[in-house]
Amino acid sequence: MIRAEKLTRRFGDTVALDHTDVHIREHAITVIMGGSGSGKTTLLRLLSALDVPSSGSVWFDGDDLAHIGRKRLYELRSRMGMVFQYSALLNSLNVYDNVAFPLHEHTDLDESVIRTIVSMKLEQVGLRGFEHLMPSELSGGMAKRVAFARALAMDPEVVFFDEPTSGLDPISAGVVTTLIQDLSHKTNMTSIVVTHDVHAGLSIADHVILLWQGRVIAEGSADDIRNSSDERVTQFIEGRPDGPIPFSRSKTAYLDDLLGEAAGDRA
Amino acid sequence: MSAAQSVVAGNWLTRLLGRLGRRVLGTVSWLGDMATITVSSLALIFAPPWQGRHFVLQLYALGVGSFIIIAITGAFTGMVLSLQGYYTLAKFGSESLLGSAVALSIIRELGPVLGALMLVGRAGSSITAEIGIMRVTEQLDALKMMAVNPQARIILPRIVATTVALPLLVSMFDIIGLGAGYVVGVELLGVNAGAFTGEMIAKIFPEDLYAGWSKALAFGVLIGSICTYMGYRAVPTTEGVARATTQAVVIGSVAILMLDYILTSFFL
Repeated sequence: MIRAEKLTRRFGDTVALDHTDVHIREHAITVIMGGSGSGKTTLLRLLSALDVPSSGSVWFDGDDLAHIGRKRLYELRSRMGMVFQYSALLNSLNVYDNVAFPLHEHTDLDESVIRTIVSMKLEQVGLRGFEHLMPSELSGGMAKRVAFARALAMDPEVVFFDEPTSGLDPISAGVVTTLIQDLSHKTNMTSIVVTHDVHAGLSIADHVILLWQGRVIAEGSADDIRNSSDERVTQFIEGRPDGPIPFSRSKTAYLDDLLGEAAGDRA
Repeated sequence: MSAAQSVVAGNWLTRLLGRLGRRVLGTVSWLGDMATITVSSLALIFAPPWQGRHFVLQLYALGVGSFIIIAITGAFTGMVLSLQGYYTLAKFGSESLLGSAVALSIIRELGPVLGALMLVGRAGSSITAEIGIMRVTEQLDALKMMAVNPQARIILPRIVATTVALPLLVSMFDIIGLGAGYVVGVELLGVNAGAFTGEMIAKIFPEDLYAGWSKALAFGVLIGSICTYMGYRAVPTTEGVARATTQAVVIGSVAILMLDYILTSFFL
């Protein structure tokens, strides 16, 4: 359904994604994991056409998202949904209007029908009865669930999740994770989840893609990843500070710098 | 000058010219980007879906919301003009010309300029901050993902609203300013009421009104374009939005004064 070929994204001299090939499986939950700065959010933005690659292609049902017109892109986007890291609810609208927003925009449905759909979607995320609340009155977990309901409003074929559990307490994170798994399987949709939450990611994934320094270093089922012998994978899964993935991003060793300065002072 | 000093001076000049060139190129690129965003947004006015409801909401928020500040500015501008004008004209025994002096100053110049400066300070800053915060909180991306073009939904109604609102606000400014000028000139300073209004009516021609409204229209487009653009292109951080808001007001105010000079020379 979605396929990325030799995808590269540069920001100035920094290469966020480097000739990456990704294949997203239809009707499955694909979890993209990796440490901070590994390129997973960049990959998600490219797959959802919120960003344009420096080179390479993203294919969505035969269309190269980087080379299609706005009209066609918006047609394809009506088949997509997205839950943003900070929910991205429209501040000026209450919960009801946020969830109903895509329906008001893209359908001619009667308001009573829209009300029923909104009620149904909010029930799916366990928030029916909270229609009147404004985004500022919601907790982080509730806002994520409202964003999820909004993403589901048009019954999309593909839903993108950007860090769905970040900033949530363990219970809220568990609720959101379970919701993604349940609704993905019940509605048979394709879910693409970007997260660095190893436990949550592996627990719901049908397919896992692990990124490091803008490249895919491992791919497969959750068990494949758990049983991988690649040291980079095991270090990430186990959260070990020591290993091939360095903790420090400094370009030179601190001790060398200190000794160099001391030698300079003496000279 | 020694050879070494010449080389140093040459290097310094090269660096200066390089910096100047980069600054010029940056400004040209910035202006081009703003023009592109503005024109491509305005072109969407004919494309469905029609954003009429959002335009009306913005017209209310920007226009009605700015009325009080415009009314206060208009009143005090008319009062000061009348007071200052009276003592200047009195030196030449021409107090009877006070009405036309106040009216021409307000209608041709101060109404559009001060009205625009008030609008950019009050409504322009809120436009930039609102759009900038929408960028920080990914609401603009959320609109895109819901197949809603932010240029049509967010930028277009605001540019149209400032363009329509400013001539209306300037008309209010003019009426209130003239009224306040009349009160100070006639009621407080004792200028003959007939002379004040008679001179005013005799010396104001339709061209003066058109000039004022044309300026207001142009300033409205300018304010809408600059303030929406600054928010749309704000660096998505708290500091970035704050800086964009400040820049929108500063650049907007300076641009209004520069455009005013051009338009005034055109309408004279």
